Amino acid sequence: MNDMRLVERDVDTSDIKITARGVQVYYGTAHALKDVDVDILDKTVTAFIGPSGCGKSTFLRCLNRMNDTIDSCRVEGLISMDNEDIYDKRVDPVQLRAKVGMVFQKPNPFPKSIYDNVAYGPKIHGLTRSKAELDEVVETSLRRAALWDEVKDRLASPGTGLSGGQQQRLCIARAVATNPEVLLMDEPCSALDPIATAQVEELIDELRAQFSVVIVTHSMQQAARVSQRTAFFHLGNLVEYGETGHIFTNPRDPRTESYITGRIG
Amino acid sequence: MTSEHILSAFDRDLNAVQAHVVRLGGLVETAIHDAAHALETRDAALCDQVRARDSAIDALEEQINEEAARLIALRAPAASDMRTVMTVVKIAASLERMGDYAKNIAKRARILADVPPIDDAGGTIRRMSDFVEQMLRDVLDAYIRRDADLALEVRHRDAEVDEIYNTLFRTLLTHMVEDPHKITACMHLHFVAKNIERMGDHVTTIAEQVVYQVRGVMPDDERPKGDDTAVTPIDQAL
Repeated sequence: MNDMRLVERDVDTSDIKITARGVQVYYGTAHALKDVDVDILDKTVTAFIGPSGCGKSTFLRCLNRMNDTIDSCRVEGLISMDNEDIYDKRVDPVQLRAKVGMVFQKPNPFPKSIYDNVAYGPKIHGLTRSKAELDEVVETSLRRAALWDEVKDRLASPGTGLSGGQQQRLCIARAVATNPEVLLMDEPCSALDPIATAQVEELIDELRAQFSVVIVTHSMQQAARVSQRTAFFHLGNLVEYGETGHIFTNPRDPRTESYITGRIG
Repeated sequence: MTSEHILSAFDRDLNAVQAHVVRLGGLVETAIHDAAHALETRDAALCDQVRARDSAIDALEEQINEEAARLIALRAPAASDMRTVMTVVKIAASLERMGDYAKNIAKRARILADVPPIDDAGGTIRRMSDFVEQMLRDVLDAYIRRDADLALEVRHRDAEVDEIYNTLFRTLLTHMVEDPHKITACMHLHFVAKNIERMGDHVTTIAEQVVYQVRGVMPDDERPKGDDTAVTPIDQAL
């Protein structure tokens, strides 16, 4: 009977991919993220939820050092991936971002062909040695992003000519082409219609066989649908982190309860 | 969770469906009370009324189920809201079953009105049904006030219902052995007693739902069970 249980979506691993301890983030004098401790599992979809300005996107951007690009931003505390401090001076942020891919809210394909969009990452990181190898990476990545069948006959057409949902899947293909270990998604479906959203969600569920996926979403239903772990942020604090089914049926913290049930906090 | 939803229509929906559960509880309470009264006073007209009123109970349960289904489909309730909707459905189902038992008691009371009474059983049955009626009243109070402690206390009271039922079972058996002419009356009275005993079980189910709604977990201890008639050989029962 165990395999028929709906609620507990099993996580295949207990391996921790990313560890955060005492993470503080400041934008100038504003304290955006306060003392966050969290362990993100490998091969698991982790959802970050919370109201606007709660720090969830800020924390997501700490995980691939995107915050480095903001001058006023200061990150303190420890964030390690596979037990290596990603803020260590020896870590090259560009290399890190190849290992930690990112997909954004609005699909943002390069103004290039579909093929070049996907091939760009492997090329600049020197991951392939021949055209044949690159072709293969492009095909595999587009297949992983469930887009291959729709675009295989027009790989030379511009990526910007695709529909919104296809563009977002192209961005996912681009992100997985460098063979990352972690995929960060910042509201990847908020610009998509329900069908495209469902396709991306299905894709996320498939991707978790290979990566650790961290998704920021404003849709509580999406967090409930796609994730195995949910973290609720509020006013810069990580309020509650746990198994998604548990968070959505019986959260411990009243702030979590208020937020997910749509009450005034 | 007592604070209000940002979307006030959500609160209106949740409150409406819960109000219907309370109203259903009231109808069932009356049905039990009247069925027991009709049995005691051999009031055939009241028996018919109780039986006729059961369709209103069934219809209200149906309505609660429909409203709960709409709430799930339209509002995607989570956490305590989700538990509210789940418990509404389960409590309504238990109440509806209790209504059926009351109806069955009324049906048997009508037959019993035409046969000589079994003296010492009538009082015990009345005591038993009063007891269960009080349990129902209290569990509905616990539901309205979100009082898990009261619900747990009511749940424990069910052991006493089982105790009364055991006693009655032995009394009725004795009567039947001593005087086969009393078998018809005793068999009907036994079913009446069994119906009341089952009502007690449904009250404990409702109590458990109240605990689940308030605390998010079912009560973990095994509830006391006192009905041992299923495992007692008849010669020992006498």
